[in-house]
Amino acid sequence: MNGSTRAPWLRSYALLVFLFLYLPIAILILYSFNGGGIGGFPPKNLTLDWYRMLWDDRAIWDSVLNSVIVAAFAVVLSLLFGVPAALALDRASFPGKGLFRRLVLLPLILPGIITGLSLLMLFVAAGLRLSLLTIALGHGTALIAVAVTEVYAGVLKMDRGLEEASLDLGASYWQTFRRVTLPHLRLSIIGAALLIFTLSMDEIAVSFFLVGRENTLPLEIWSRLRRGMTPEINAISTLIFVFSLSSIVLWYRIRTREEGGLVEAQVLEPQSHGGNI
Amino acid sequence: MYTRTYKTAVAVPPLLWVSTFLLLAYLLLFLHSFWSVQDGQIVHHWSLSNYRTLATQPLYLEVLWRSTKIAGAVTLLSLALGYPLAYYLSFYSRRKMLLYQLVIIPLWVSYLVRAYAWKTILGSDGVLNTLLQYVHLTDAPVSALLYSPFAVILTLTHIYTPFAFLPIFAALEHIPRHLVESSSDLGASPRQTFWRVVMPLSLPGVIAGATFAFVLSLGDFLAPLLVGGSSGIMISNVVVSLFGAAYDWPLGAAVSLAMLLLVLLLLWLTESLEKRWSHA
Amino acid sequence: MPATDTSALLSIRSVTKRFGRTTVLRGLSLDVAEREFLTVLGESGSGKTTLLRLIAGFEPLDSGEIWMAGERLDTLPPYRRNVNTVFQQYALFPHLDCFENVAYGLRVRGVPKTEIEARVQDALAMVKMTSWTRSLPAKISGGQQQRVALARALVNRPRLLLLDEPLSALDANLRRQMQTELKSLQREVGISFVFVTHDQEEAMAISDRIALMRAGTLEQVASPEEIYARPKTAYAASFIGQTNLLHGQVQGGRAVVGSWEWPCSQPDGPATFSLRPENLLLASQEQPGNGVVRLHARVHDQVFQGAARIVRLQCEEVTLTARVPASEELRENEIFVFSPDDAVPVKDHHAGGQQE
Repeated sequence: MNGSTRAPWLRSYALLVFLFLYLPIAILILYSFNGGGIGGFPPKNLTLDWYRMLWDDRAIWDSVLNSVIVAAFAVVLSLLFGVPAALALDRASFPGKGLFRRLVLLPLILPGIITGLSLLMLFVAAGLRLSLLTIALGHGTALIAVAVTEVYAGVLKMDRGLEEASLDLGASYWQTFRRVTLPHLRLSIIGAALLIFTLSMDEIAVSFFLVGRENTLPLEIWSRLRRGMTPEINAISTLIFVFSLSSIVLWYRIRTREEGGLVEAQVLEPQSHGGNI
Repeated sequence: MYTRTYKTAVAVPPLLWVSTFLLLAYLLLFLHSFWSVQDGQIVHHWSLSNYRTLATQPLYLEVLWRSTKIAGAVTLLSLALGYPLAYYLSFYSRRKMLLYQLVIIPLWVSYLVRAYAWKTILGSDGVLNTLLQYVHLTDAPVSALLYSPFAVILTLTHIYTPFAFLPIFAALEHIPRHLVESSSDLGASPRQTFWRVVMPLSLPGVIAGATFAFVLSLGDFLAPLLVGGSSGIMISNVVVSLFGAAYDWPLGAAVSLAMLLLVLLLLWLTESLEKRWSHA
Repeated sequence: MPATDTSALLSIRSVTKRFGRTTVLRGLSLDVAEREFLTVLGESGSGKTTLLRLIAGFEPLDSGEIWMAGERLDTLPPYRRNVNTVFQQYALFPHLDCFENVAYGLRVRGVPKTEIEARVQDALAMVKMTSWTRSLPAKISGGQQQRVALARALVNRPRLLLLDEPLSALDANLRRQMQTELKSLQREVGISFVFVTHDQEEAMAISDRIALMRAGTLEQVASPEEIYARPKTAYAASFIGQTNLLHGQVQGGRAVVGSWEWPCSQPDGPATFSLRPENLLLASQEQPGNGVVRLHARVHDQVFQGAARIVRLQCEEVTLTARVPASEELRENEIFVFSPDDAVPVKDHHAGGQQE
């Protein structure tokens, strides 16, 4: 049925959906070069002024740095617990395993606001002052779900005979983990790390409740949007877009190299990973 | 082959962390909903008064109902956009994987950026209004575009269409092509094949996509703040104000639990639906 | 060989293993001698692979003990056992090249670099894989992967090598060639091999002794020649080679099957006898010697097999299979004979036979 039926109507419809998905982003990028400000048709006086303004904007770059710190912390934390959790879900049986699985994945399924609020109450009850640390702890905890789903998929694909062979050849469990298990989960772990980093950089619903004095980038943008819009925000948004795009390209490069060009339908899917974590 | 020590080593650390930071946190939310505020202090008095407020003051139920309607509309629109797109890609496109990537890319692009983009388009001096004036369709800006439930629905649909698309596409990709061929071999027209074979087999994907779109848009509070105005207020916005300016955490906790209940009910429902259909 | 030999290298003592409610091994005991090539033969599900995994240490025992060279083995983790395994699917590490695969066991034990280099080269030379040192497992053929897996196990100089159906993934010709190589390799390195297979021909070709397993217990442990000529059970007789099972009685020192009778030293009662097809002879071939049992047979059908012909015979109520030289022309009715010595009394679990 492929090829013979061209389905022109369906094709045009699909094209319209693509337009719907991309037009706003295109407009956003276009107007970051618009000398005439945020709206106005047609755009006029193409300029790099907004980027220059952005370049000199200390607060924005501070928040970018904060976001990077938070995201790096979240990657480490969620992998630190997510990798063993994925192994445990595959290999260990313990009371409450089913509950544990559901609980870990809950932050992916629930609206971010619920996880954010719950963590806020926890930190307040524990007497922790809200700061970048609380945001990082929140992201790290919520994003364990992403680490678990990505790494678990890798664990399932792994041939268990390899670990047996390693033990058989005299490697201890720890040596086996380092020399056989980790190299096999490498791709899943890199994929999870990239995904967690990107999601954390973009996260706002959980951060919203856990923020102290220092803003992350999305929160900084948010606070400016409340004050009013300037094309400077278009400029930083464009940069974020370029950053996200390059991290996808980076991911494909890694995968293609690792798998000798055999990248097929299996792709990195932020599928089950909700927009607000 | 995995010893008790190995299993303990991999299971206990995540178990401890998750019980402390997630289980305890969600539990606290639950507990708060039974407490109350007196003189700006949270008192640990057990009562159902928050839930009573929720049930008796029309504001909360109204907003909850409106949020459900908005989330429902977003879900339907996301399916209406996502399904044909997935079907086209899976069955007709020659550059399937490239186009698939193109659908995914917006997912990687900041949520905030996408919501903001709509604000710049729909605003009274935004791109759309100035375009309409430029081509002389209107003389004055159409103010109904921004700050309305319509704007919220449009923005959320844009954000969550890829989420609806993904599971549908996956389900369609899993349909063995020989089933389609044997259907047409048995004399079914393409239209009949679609409705009798493809559509039923892709239903689990539709359910999953619809769940994503509904749950995520139901809990959204940023898009309504950004493009919704006062008529686009959703349930999460009420929670945010209760936790912020109003400083009534217990009531806020009760409202979020009501939302949580709705979400869990839905998840349970779709899970059992999916189970039933995968048996059939 | 006696069941418990104090000089045995490996001694498996009353081992029981369960998975949930299924008992996979039931109080199994088995000894393996130094430099012995022992094959554990059995159908899938007989528990042979489980036995191997217990020796390697991948599964804990439920009861019983395993000893090696005077030391308790079953309490050690797999990496402390001086035992190595060649896995069915080879389990070569895909991220390491052939050299690094073979070096793996030495590296994790902290063997000095120069020694690793020398030993790995030797091991690869032994299996004729020196020209593939830097190839990844995915780039070499199944037979070559097999060789690397062997080298990877042997380089550690284990006391005992376990092989889990290592040849099952190879095609028939390569398999026969590898059987010969394995056998001579085992002589060369002089260590004990425990080889698991479901292929009785392979077991016959390669082993010093065969341990025939069935449903978690040992049916018979003996040399291939003995197990073929003197099977102890009806199962052993029919699993290894082809056979005819004759069901009858023993009465006062005589075996009675239908109208045939011959002297028999078994105690009285129901009995089953195994008679190999090649021991059923055409009367014309046989000089009219004494004591042979004569049967009148109607020839059913024949299958030509090159040197021989497999013939199905209807003798009274029973159908028998005979193997006759292909040159013999058979008439519709023939007289066959067999020697009472070739009718081996076997224990038959199903017929409730006596014996032993």
